[in-house]
Amino acid sequence: MNPAWTARLLLAQRATAIVLAFAVAIHLATIIYAVRLGLNAGEILGRTRGNALFLAFYSVFVIAASIHAPIGLRNIFREWANWRGYSLELAMIALSLVLLALGLRAAFAVYGA
Amino acid sequence: MQSDTLELDIWRGDRDGQFQAFTLPLRESQTILDAVTEIQRTQDASLAYRFACRVGMCGSCAMIVDGIPRWTCRTRVVDVQRKGKRLKLEPLRNLPIVKDLAVEMRVFFDKWRDAKGYFEPGDTPPADFAVVAPSSRERRAADVAIECINCGICYSACDVVSWDDEYLGPAALNRSWTLVNDVRDQGQKSRLEAVAADAGCHSCHSHMSCTEFCPKALSPTQSIAGLKRETMRAALRGEV
Ligand code: SF4
Ligand code: SF4
Ligand code: FES
Repeated sequence: MNPAWTARLLLAQRATAIVLAFAVAIHLATIIYAVRLGLNAGEILGRTRGNALFLAFYSVFVIAASIHAPIGLRNIFREWANWRGYSLELAMIALSLVLLALGLRAAFAVYGA
Repeated sequence: MQSDTLELDIWRGDRDGQFQAFTLPLRESQTILDAVTEIQRTQDASLAYRFACRVGMCGSCAMIVDGIPRWTCRTRVVDVQRKGKRLKLEPLRNLPIVKDLAVEMRVFFDKWRDAKGYFEPGDTPPADFAVVAPSSRERRAADVAIECINCGICYSACDVVSWDDEYLGPAALNRSWTLVNDVRDQGQKSRLEAVAADAGCHSCHSHMSCTEFCPKALSPTQSIAGLKRETMRAALRGEV
């Protein structure tokens, strides 16, 4: 890959890492808070349904993760499996899209359910 | 083992070689290189190894001594030999073995070139001498990393080099960093691009084996961290 792009990927990886650091912390705190009074689907959906803040937060979380994870995985594949070149870039773009699609689908599902 | 003899196991042959045992007198202030030279002169003239200066300047005598990469002309036997134990000598890791203790350094120096580890004067010579204040930030950063003797010890110690044969490695990147800090240099864009690429500074895991074993007490890890910062900055500004 063109070095300018490699540098940008790393920049994107670091930037999304910062977002994820906060997002993961909030996510974990939310889980602990949510299960306080026992956990069931109905209760959780009751809190998330129609909650725009919830949707916005998890959308940002999902977008950051779908950028961050494939970049890291790409490095691991390069280093440990000697996988290089276009096939690797395409696979990682595909992975990014899959993460994005599955993540947003889940976020919208609990928002709109 | 008597205390006045030194027993060594020395790697013979290429990749598929094996260790050969040697015994020789233990001498005062004897270095590992002295021992190898004595074996070659008195016991086996076919033993292959490299040296030139014998005083820690040329960087050609590096070997693995009991698992640790060292400059053998500046390593005394008494300092590294565990009491009564045999010493094991092997060629450097991560480079093809030519024969016995001599490795092929070509890739090491090719990467030095690929990391643009050389001064680029530009097309037109400057009108006057550049003034570089010894106290300037750039000058001090270059000073800290400049004393490399190209021994290949850091390259041999780096695990990322063994995983990724394209990785430029600590020595080349360290040299590149000294040039990034050379205000006279005219080739900064291509240098930053060379070290920002996939096999460049961002592949470093910062686990510091290079810094641990560098006989000149340099810290390639720190230089590489400098390159990471500099390439990030250049990417943010759209300069690479
Ligand atoms: S700090 Fe970087 S260059 Fe040094 S040994 Fe570790 S990975 Fe290699
Ligand atoms: S940085 Fe140190 S270990 Fe690496 S080649 Fe230079 S002198 Fe040798
Ligand atoms: S022989 Fe020159 S550094 Fe050891």
